[in-house]
Amino acid sequence: MSKTSNPTGKVHKKRWDRDDTELSILALPTTVWYILFSFLPMVGIIIAFKDYKIQGSFVESMIRSEWCGFDNFMFLFRSNDIWIILRNTLGYNLLFIVLGIVLPVAATLMITMLHGKRLAKAYQTAMFMPYFLSWVVAAALVWAFLSTDKGLINMLFFADDHQQWYMKPEIWPYLLTFLNVWKGLGYGMVVYLATVTGIDRSLYEAAVIDGASIWQQVKSITLPLMKSVIIMMFIMAVGRIFYSDFGLFYQVPRQSATLNPVVQTLDVYVYNMLKLGTTSMASAAAFVQSVAGCITILAANALVRKIDPDSAMI
Amino acid sequence: MAKKEKVALDGLEKFNRISHPTNILFNLLFVIFSLTCIIPVLLVLAISVTSEQAINKFGYHLIPQAFSVEGYAFLMKQGTMIARAFGVSLLVTVVGTVLGVLLTTAMGYAMSRPNYKLKGLLTWIVFIPMVFNGGLVSTYFVVGSLLGLKNTLGALIFPLAVSSFNVVICKTFFKQTVPDSLIESAKIDGAGQFTIFFRIVLPISLPLLATIGLFLTFAYWNDWYQSMLYIDQAGLKSLQALLNDIMSDIAAMSSQIANLGAEGAAIAANMPAESARMAIVVIVVFPIACAYPYFQKYFISGLTVGAVKG
Repeated sequence: MSKTSNPTGKVHKKRWDRDDTELSILALPTTVWYILFSFLPMVGIIIAFKDYKIQGSFVESMIRSEWCGFDNFMFLFRSNDIWIILRNTLGYNLLFIVLGIVLPVAATLMITMLHGKRLAKAYQTAMFMPYFLSWVVAAALVWAFLSTDKGLINMLFFADDHQQWYMKPEIWPYLLTFLNVWKGLGYGMVVYLATVTGIDRSLYEAAVIDGASIWQQVKSITLPLMKSVIIMMFIMAVGRIFYSDFGLFYQVPRQSATLNPVVQTLDVYVYNMLKLGTTSMASAAAFVQSVAGCITILAANALVRKIDPDSAMI
Repeated sequence: MAKKEKVALDGLEKFNRISHPTNILFNLLFVIFSLTCIIPVLLVLAISVTSEQAINKFGYHLIPQAFSVEGYAFLMKQGTMIARAFGVSLLVTVVGTVLGVLLTTAMGYAMSRPNYKLKGLLTWIVFIPMVFNGGLVSTYFVVGSLLGLKNTLGALIFPLAVSSFNVVICKTFFKQTVPDSLIESAKIDGAGQFTIFFRIVLPISLPLLATIGLFLTFAYWNDWYQSMLYIDQAGLKSLQALLNDIMSDIAAMSSQIANLGAEGAAIAANMPAESARMAIVVIVVFPIACAYPYFQKYFISGLTVGAVKG
């Protein structure tokens, strides 16, 4: 702990002093929080290798439950559902990652080009709003449009022939994708806009004087300078590829069984299994999520580091 | 001189604009998308002030066929359930935000001190949860059973209090905006780290506190997931959780009211279920819709700091 090398050449304190004690006390409550709410669950992940039966308290149950090796995983991967669920989870995520980068970047470029700055601000405020609504509220909004006997869509366009939207799997991939964009576009724009407004105006002036068109300016100035933020958003999204926006997939389809094959994702599956008390399947699925999630985020970062070391996050 | 430069720049900007037709096209796209964001909320507002008869006859419409505030009147009249849920939401939001801000900034401050010996250790403690977590099943048993938080307000407050993302924002902010010399001079004056943190660092970091506080306020106010996981007792449900119950089963509302006794049963029999349900949505959304335009800039600054170094 003592004698740290100091490349800055500053005089380093070598001994533990009063400052260290006080800072440690300041950081202690948060450290305890991390141990209880973050690290204990990490240890608890071994539940995936146990035939978990509730016998007294959690710790007692954990100790008394027998080890079962990879039985839970065998059980999980033998079920037919899991492959569909994995397909949904990865498929939606890949689509959301692409759209979640292309659309906000495009919208950001467009909004900065608008002539009326005040209008631009108004659009931004309106488009940011869905981000502040919970999925429970968003599900209620969707219900107001799609409910079979009273929904606005049926009232306006299918007055004589009410459609049961919550029974039509074919529309839901589009609907969920739309909702994902609807809720995230304003947020994405804020992140990218901060970068774009931070770009030195003189770069554009020089470009204009050299006769660059607007598209050329976007291509050679704006996009390259947005690159590291885009990559960071990409890494974060890839790291969550085995996770999904639980509220979107659980709340919005209102647990309609007909929709399950096209809307169920790993998160929802784990939750449902947990609530049913099928701990073995749930814990195995949760383990896959955690470990695969960790691997993908590190892999994405390593890949980025290889291609462009400055943009790597870790 | 400065003014002249500004004029020249404006001229250049004018020259470098997109054409008028393109501008109109872009505006049109943004208008359409903005309306998509606003209309759903207006629809729910409209339903909440439509009379129950009109809803049953004509369905949901953007313009109320027959105006009525019976939904709200009903919620006011039977009071307890909504008032309780509102109270839970408010309490959880206030306590959670204060606790979260303290925990997050204290950690961020300790990590931002260049000579602190445990800095490396704390950085790992904050970093590891960003790439790995225990997953839902293990977390559920640890929080609900091991820590004994099932059916307590603690289950709604503690798990959301700290996030590594926020801690990193704090660390970056303190590093960039609190000068070392300020802290050194306070130390020479005999101040300990507690005094420095609470009396000097926090007061000059109000924008940061606003940002973190708002992130947390919205997270707590909008949370329904923790309730769904850990809360079974009706009395501990937040507004969002209540709305969740009512949306998934409209009968849930009448049965909860009917539980309130004979009088409750009578109310439940002729309640304006549709408008009351949407009235709850409005009550949940209203504080947010009113508040967020004013606080937008703090969100933006938070997201920006976070984006600098994740």
